[in-house]
Amino acid sequence: MRIRRVSAIALKELLQVWRDPRSLMLALLMPVMQMLLLGYGVNLDISHVPTCTYDEEGSQLSQALIARFQASRYFDLVAGLDSQRQIRHAMDGGLCKLVIVIPAGFSRQISEFHHASVQAIVDATDDNTATIATAYASAVVQGFSNEVQMRYEALRGGTVVAQPLAVQSRVWFNEDLDSRDFIIPGVVALVLALVGAQLTSLTIAREWERGTMELLLSTPVTPLEMMIGKLLPYFVIGLVDAGICLAFALLLFHVPFRGAFATLLLTTSLFLVVVLNIGYLLSVLIRNQLGASQIAMFVTIMPISLLSGYTFPIDQMPAAIRAVTYVIYARYFVTILKAVFLKGSGIGALWGPVSALILYDILVVWIAGRAFRKRIA
Amino acid sequence: MSEPGAEPSIRVAALTKRFGAVTAIDNVTFAVTSGELFGLIGPDGAGKTTVLRVLAGVMAADSGSVQVGGVDVVAYPEQVRARISYMPQRFGLYEDLTVDENIRFFADVFEVPRRVREERAARLLAASGMQRFRRHLAGQLSGGMKQKLGLTCALVHAPKVVLLDEPTTGVDPVSRREFWQILYGLRAEGAAIVISTAYLDEADRCDRLALMHSGGLPYCEAPDALRARMPGAMVEIPTPRARAAREALASVPGVRSVLMVGDGVHVHVDDARKALSDLERALAQQGIEHTGAREILPSIEDLFVALLGNAAAAGRKAGAS
Ligand SMILES: Nc1ncnc2c1ncn2[C@@H]1O[C@H](COP(=O)(O)OP(=O)(O)OP(=O)(O)O)[C@@H](O)[C@H]1O
Ligand SMILES: [Mg+2]
Repeated sequence: MRIRRVSAIALKELLQVWRDPRSLMLALLMPVMQMLLLGYGVNLDISHVPTCTYDEEGSQLSQALIARFQASRYFDLVAGLDSQRQIRHAMDGGLCKLVIVIPAGFSRQISEFHHASVQAIVDATDDNTATIATAYASAVVQGFSNEVQMRYEALRGGTVVAQPLAVQSRVWFNEDLDSRDFIIPGVVALVLALVGAQLTSLTIAREWERGTMELLLSTPVTPLEMMIGKLLPYFVIGLVDAGICLAFALLLFHVPFRGAFATLLLTTSLFLVVVLNIGYLLSVLIRNQLGASQIAMFVTIMPISLLSGYTFPIDQMPAAIRAVTYVIYARYFVTILKAVFLKGSGIGALWGPVSALILYDILVVWIAGRAFRKRIA
Repeated sequence: MSEPGAEPSIRVAALTKRFGAVTAIDNVTFAVTSGELFGLIGPDGAGKTTVLRVLAGVMAADSGSVQVGGVDVVAYPEQVRARISYMPQRFGLYEDLTVDENIRFFADVFEVPRRVREERAARLLAASGMQRFRRHLAGQLSGGMKQKLGLTCALVHAPKVVLLDEPTTGVDPVSRREFWQILYGLRAEGAAIVISTAYLDEADRCDRLALMHSGGLPYCEAPDALRARMPGAMVEIPTPRARAAREALASVPGVRSVLMVGDGVHVHVDDARKALSDLERALAQQGIEHTGAREILPSIEDLFVALLGNAAAAGRKAGAS
């Protein structure tokens, strides 16, 4: 491998990106837009939903549940109601969007059937808020019922078993119900995967489309030099994009960052190598900018947003689907980011996902370094 | 490696390449020595580009062998590539890079030392009258200047073997002359040059010509030797009514074919001396005004028609226009 050739390709590629408004926008504007879109998409869901309660039971336990709602920043308790008629009134008059109705048999249900049924009446004019508010409400209720349950068990001296009730809400939300802190690190992973693969998916295809490839093929450039030279500029751009994402996460979304930047830099680099090589491979195989970038988008967005654990916790997925997530390279980076951001983990604590990323790196570099064929047909 | 001149720089043997039912190269054999300008001519689709692509190592052949400087292109493509320079038919440079940046890129890829690059680039750009455009984006250049830039980039690493696919297409006559001057200089330095051209008048500038026709290479000789091969003789008759003249002359005994040219017709006859008076008479009978008929050396286009037939020439002309 000749450094001179690698740097010639890298420099040329960088100049081309710099002079092409479309590539430049993709490189620098897309991460900003994606962060805003996905970040606010998470945030926009709910907070301070005006809520009324109708406590039919009026017991200590039901009041304790209402106190839970009061404590949550997702709900603003505006009034306590006394009758069904008032519910209609409150909803129609726009006093609240959600009414929590605690039935008369609430305490007995919990102690005897291990199951609390609380009615949530929701103003469904805003479909999205309605769905999410209901889910949050049920999460509050189930969390509460869990605790009560465990307290009973503890009193009886029995073993504390996990409550199946909690499962459904947990698929959507983390335990603290603080979705933003929990999800933004995952958004960073998704944005980097998306932008990185998009950028490199254009690079080889562009040469074929513009007719510059035939001449390039006749030069002594080797497949390995081609890959490294082509990917170097995008690696730098990827790190800049990571900086942009990090700034958004910390300054705009106020996600706590408890880890070390060095850890972040190292793991981000490992992740970028995978992402960039996947885009490059698609570009080599498809030889067409539009096709390659669309497939890059397709293989990135859906699998990562569904299976990386970025919104849906992996440990709560059915076993078969959980098995599939091991293939999703982003899951390792999502795990790493969440741990670095929220728990302040270092490399030592993250050796599992880090070595998975390294394995992936070796695999994609091995394939991509050979994929390029110096032939027209 | 062998001594320059002793062993041919390019040796092609029994080369064959098929695309499905189309045989683009049909059992072609030829050799080019260093210091030789080798012209590849033939109608559209004759297989010229395919031959050059195989020589440049960017396309694999089905069978046959290609050696450059005694090294097998198929077995050791990378070793050969450093010595070769290839200019594809379609402009292959980066339009969003400047003239200088393009030159620098190809110099770096071929690991040309910086000083050598500066010196060669300056000389080549001066020879093609392009110094003023060094900082222009390649995409903003005219078609002819793009071709000259392509040649500059191709030659910046002082290649021993130069493969040019219709490099002068779309280049104005003045620039074409500059182009050929550069090629002569290169030949003097001992490079082996293979050039395909759409302009048959350029073919005469080559040391040797290979006439390609539907993948085959039936003739491969110096232009004068090719002329000697042509049976009969060529008569030129200037006339403003070329079409009418062609009709009138086609049936005259001893006439093999009549080709319209810019300002009259070229008539291929068995024997010029015998035919001249017959031709004059035929034209006079039809009242077609013309100036004196005279025997000429056949042009390459005439050779083409005579050797490969009218269909080939018709295709060639369509491609050249
Ligand atoms: N990649 C390809 N796939 C299929 N057929 C091809 C391919 N390249 C060339 N051909 C066919 O092979 C034949 C020779 O083509 P080639 O381009 O070598 O001709 P050429 O002499 O360069 O013509 P032109 O004067 O138009 O450049 C043609 O019939 C062409 O259609
Ligand atoms: Mg061609």
